[in-house]
Amino acid sequence: MADLQVLLWLSFALFGIGLVGVMVRRNALVMLMCMELMLNAVILALVAFSLRTATLSGAVLVFLIFVVAAAEIAIAIPIVLMLSRQKRSLDVEGYDSLKG
Amino acid sequence: MNLLTVIVLLPLAGFVLNGLLGRKLGPTFVSVVGCGLPILAFLATLKAFSTLQLAGPDAALIEHAYRWAAVGERAFEIEFYFDRLSAVMTLIVTGVGSLIHVYSTGYMKGDAGYARYFAYLNLFLFFMLTLVLGRSLLVCFVGWEGVGLASYLLIGFWFEDPAKAAAGKKAFITNRVGDAGFLLGLFLLYWAVGTLNMDEINAAFMAPVAPAVSASLVGILLFIGATGKSAQIPLHVWLPDAMAGPTPVSALIHAATMVTAGVYLVARMHGIYEHAPEASQVVAVIGLMTAFFAATVALVQTDIKKVLAYSTVSQLGLMFVALGVGAYGVAVFHVYTHAFFKACLFLGAGSVIHALGGEQDIRRMGGLARRIPVTFVTFAVATAAIAGIPPLAGFFSKDEILWFAFASAQGGSPVLWALGSAAALMTSFYMFRLLWLTFLTPSRMSHEVEHHVHESPWSMTSVLVVLAVLSAVGGFVHLPEFLEPVLPLATAQESLEHLEHRLVYVAIAVAVAGFLAATWLYRGGLAKGDALAARFPRLHRLLGGKYFIDELYDAVLGRPLHWVSDRVFLRAGDRFLIDGTLDGLAATTRRVAGRLGRIETGQLQWYVAMAVLGIVGCLAWVWRHV
Amino acid sequence: MSEPMLLNLLLWLPVAGIAALGFVAKGRDSLVRSVTFGCMLLQFVIAAVLYQRFDGLERGLQFATDVPWIASWGVSYRIGLDGLNVLLVALTAFLGPLLVMGAWTAVQKDVKLFHAMVLFIQFAMLGTFVAQDLFLFYVFWEAMLIPMFLIIGLWGGERRIYATLKFVLYTAFGSILMLAALIYLVLATQDGDGLTFDLRRLSGAGLPLAAQVWLLAAFALSFAIKVPMFPLHTWLPDAHVEAPTTGSVILAGVLLKMGTYGFMKLGFPLFPDAARAMMPVIMTLAVISIVYGACLALVQDDIKKIIAYSSISHLGYVMLGLASLDLIGIQGAILQMVSHGLVAGGLFLMVGMIYERTHSRAVADYGGLAKILPLFAVFFSLLTLASIGLPTTSGFAGEFMALLGAFNAAWPAHLAGNQVPLTLAVIAVSGVILGALYMLWLAQRILFGETRAPHAPLTDLNARETTILVAIVAAIFAIGLFPGDPLAKTELAAREFQQRVLGEAVLLGSETR
Repeated sequence: MADLQVLLWLSFALFGIGLVGVMVRRNALVMLMCMELMLNAVILALVAFSLRTATLSGAVLVFLIFVVAAAEIAIAIPIVLMLSRQKRSLDVEGYDSLKG
Repeated sequence: MNLLTVIVLLPLAGFVLNGLLGRKLGPTFVSVVGCGLPILAFLATLKAFSTLQLAGPDAALIEHAYRWAAVGERAFEIEFYFDRLSAVMTLIVTGVGSLIHVYSTGYMKGDAGYARYFAYLNLFLFFMLTLVLGRSLLVCFVGWEGVGLASYLLIGFWFEDPAKAAAGKKAFITNRVGDAGFLLGLFLLYWAVGTLNMDEINAAFMAPVAPAVSASLVGILLFIGATGKSAQIPLHVWLPDAMAGPTPVSALIHAATMVTAGVYLVARMHGIYEHAPEASQVVAVIGLMTAFFAATVALVQTDIKKVLAYSTVSQLGLMFVALGVGAYGVAVFHVYTHAFFKACLFLGAGSVIHALGGEQDIRRMGGLARRIPVTFVTFAVATAAIAGIPPLAGFFSKDEILWFAFASAQGGSPVLWALGSAAALMTSFYMFRLLWLTFLTPSRMSHEVEHHVHESPWSMTSVLVVLAVLSAVGGFVHLPEFLEPVLPLATAQESLEHLEHRLVYVAIAVAVAGFLAATWLYRGGLAKGDALAARFPRLHRLLGGKYFIDELYDAVLGRPLHWVSDRVFLRAGDRFLIDGTLDGLAATTRRVAGRLGRIETGQLQWYVAMAVLGIVGCLAWVWRHV
Repeated sequence: MSEPMLLNLLLWLPVAGIAALGFVAKGRDSLVRSVTFGCMLLQFVIAAVLYQRFDGLERGLQFATDVPWIASWGVSYRIGLDGLNVLLVALTAFLGPLLVMGAWTAVQKDVKLFHAMVLFIQFAMLGTFVAQDLFLFYVFWEAMLIPMFLIIGLWGGERRIYATLKFVLYTAFGSILMLAALIYLVLATQDGDGLTFDLRRLSGAGLPLAAQVWLLAAFALSFAIKVPMFPLHTWLPDAHVEAPTTGSVILAGVLLKMGTYGFMKLGFPLFPDAARAMMPVIMTLAVISIVYGACLALVQDDIKKIIAYSSISHLGYVMLGLASLDLIGIQGAILQMVSHGLVAGGLFLMVGMIYERTHSRAVADYGGLAKILPLFAVFFSLLTLASIGLPTTSGFAGEFMALLGAFNAAWPAHLAGNQVPLTLAVIAVSGVILGALYMLWLAQRILFGETRAPHAPLTDLNARETTILVAIVAAIFAIGLFPGDPLAKTELAAREFQQRVLGEAVLLGSETR
């Protein structure tokens, strides 16, 4: 029981760090890393619940998130690359022309 | 054999043949078909008439053509009904109709639209026969609208002239106003009686338990229809304009047959009017007003056809006076005599116009008596007939109308008689004025016109002679008694019966007075008449302008309708209110979207913050409510 | 061939036609036209056979097919002919080949797509008429929008974008409300057997009056926009003016009848109690439409707009007849639908013919056409007369019976007996005068008077155009002179409609009088 509590608190902390990171940092790469952190927090929570309920649903979802995360990085990194090449900067403030 | 159906269909066949093949097969074919089929129809009518006579006085031949539609237990049948009243009307229509067809072969010779003309004329006969032979009001209405169509087509026959096309349209629209009244009456009758068969409706109103509808209301609605077709006030405005059509058309449609349809309708529905004293009174008063005012207008017209047109309106008014006082048979009697002398007058006018190469203004005529003698003699006979000179046809019918206007137990009064006699006086006056100015006074024609004057071909003159003879002797057939089994005779108030002979002398005196006045004023030409007009310029302008009714209608009806449609409905309603509201909604949506769009700054952090805020908000809501 | 197959064949033939068009090589435009025309002609033949075989004395659906489609929702592919739709199916199939003939030379841009769209809309229209399942009906109803959107948007006139948007937004707005009402209705009538979209079963549901009123309002809004009834009509003139001839003919000929058909098939029978309660409103709007449309037609200077506004007026008679709830009135309404399809369709075709020659629709540009185009003038006059409702034409049969019905309105006693419908009917009769006024004025201005045309010389109608018009005029007179046969096919259905809507209410109509 205590394990679950610990794991959930850890997950919550990780998620909070990630969220704050996304909200306050302006470097695109750092923001991406923070998002990964949030994803990992969710994974941790899922695994913890999976243990607790002794079912596989949580574990299955973890794999789904792996795939999503990989896909996200695979697309996000090239976009950031292209943008930084164009703007000569990683500061997201300069990217506001993307709003269309 | 379905004789009545054949009578109706013969002219229709003429219309189809002439309409489809006429142009290709040439004028001879057109003339043979165009005149032959109406004559056949006339012969068939004679056959049917003899059958009817053998069947007894109050018999009726009923023929079922087909079932138009059936809804539930109620069916609309196309049936033809042939009693003495429809027999008289059918004989007039096919008889005078055939004569005028023959006349037209001469009058319209060489016209580019010869085939079209005969096709239309045959179409008219078809619808007119449908009108008078139909058993139900529905069939009658089919003919009623149909003759309006044929009239429209023939008035606008020379459609290149915008004024003539406009006259056709005016006739149709004015008639449509009347038709709307007819339709309303028809719907009400169906609602109340449950049938449209005219004989059954009459019977229903005669029955001890009358239908649950006001006879006066229905009577007035049907009479509105009659005012349209028979050119009574206030819907008389189309008839004078209708003179734009070829003259034989004016004779057939706008004098002898179609315009009497209103009289026929009221006489046919006498069962209603007998039980609707108010409606009858309206009929009499409207008829009297029309007779009087149209006669005053005719006094000053200078177009030969316009004089005759107003005279027709006036005579129709007299017929309605007769209907209004319950003398239905007498009204039909006048329809019958009027068909002869007015057709003769119009065709005579046509002959004059033909002779003068299109001239219609009597101020530029004169002295034609010797140049076109047959036309003159026939015209003079018809003039005397319409003026009421005994023993010509018009005298008998008009005298009876005036007598019943005075003495009828169903609404006769000295006022009706006095004003009716005044109208008769004016009729005699303007007709002899026409005769003097056209035929007898010294010529006022231009040299060129005078040079070309010629008598019309025999196809025209022979018809004139036949009609003149009929105008002379037609009155000896005493129609009201013949029609008595169908149309009840009017009764005179007993206290007045001793005056009958005296009034006959008055009527003769009136006719002669009109003649003398016209002779005194116009024997020498235009001078005296013009001097008289100059002494009363205002009155003369009022009469010459036909009381400015057309202008009044335009100002009171035409323009407001356009103004309301354009300004209120189109601009204020459609464009401003409806489309404005919708366009306004669209614009507002766009504006609000524009404002909301500003939230989207492009700052990633801002978006994240909003998302977090949203999630927190959702969580909070769930927290509170679950 | 088994009978239900015949109706299926009729419905799916246009789809087969579209597939066939796919195989036609690019650029072979006349082959495209021929294939489409052949398809339409075959469809007309099938429809004629169906019409002939349709038995007016038999209750219920004929040529019916019923195959489960989305079983878990109770949705079926359920089609069939009944008295209400048989004439409209025949009308749609009759106009089909004429449409293609009418567009033979007028459409030169994207010919294949155009004809595919025409076939598609034909499919959707027939589907809407024959559908006996609410879901299926809705699918077809919405599907009609797509080809119409493209036909106006791609082949239309100058302001086509505005007109298309207006048309689509108006219609979509109504459809959304109808969808919401439809879902509510299906959920509310759910019973032990689960959901159902079967129209017959749905109409058996006795919903409370308040719910019925809201549902009917939603349905009615959608249908009233299609009809169109005042004050939801302003999309029609714009759509007509901007649409190509084919679009106008489809719109006037069939599409507008969807609205009145919807009232007849769904709106009133599904919610009879609400329908009875709302009848005065509906009849009032119908009469306003008659007079308002006619007045507006009076002041237009574009020929197409005059005919467009006249459509509003004429469909007012249809609604008047339906709202009378009298058997003659209902029958007249059905007849008037068919008649208007023929007359307005014919008039729009004629405007298209003259537009093809001169590229002008302004009344002021024309005059005295009777002199230079006699054949054109003859047909235009005949259609004008039918539009005015002259006896012997179909227009008279429809108007006369609808008005007669209004006078005999079979309203339940609590609606103030006959006073309201009588008053309204009297006003409606004035439409007879106004109708003659604007149509004859139009005819006078363009056919008579001095000869005037945008450019001379103009050629008179050719054989193809004459064939189209002869077919239409023949149909108009056939119905006008012998309305008995079509009426016999619809009578039973009309009676069922009447009894359904009147329900237990006391019959005030002629049945008891």
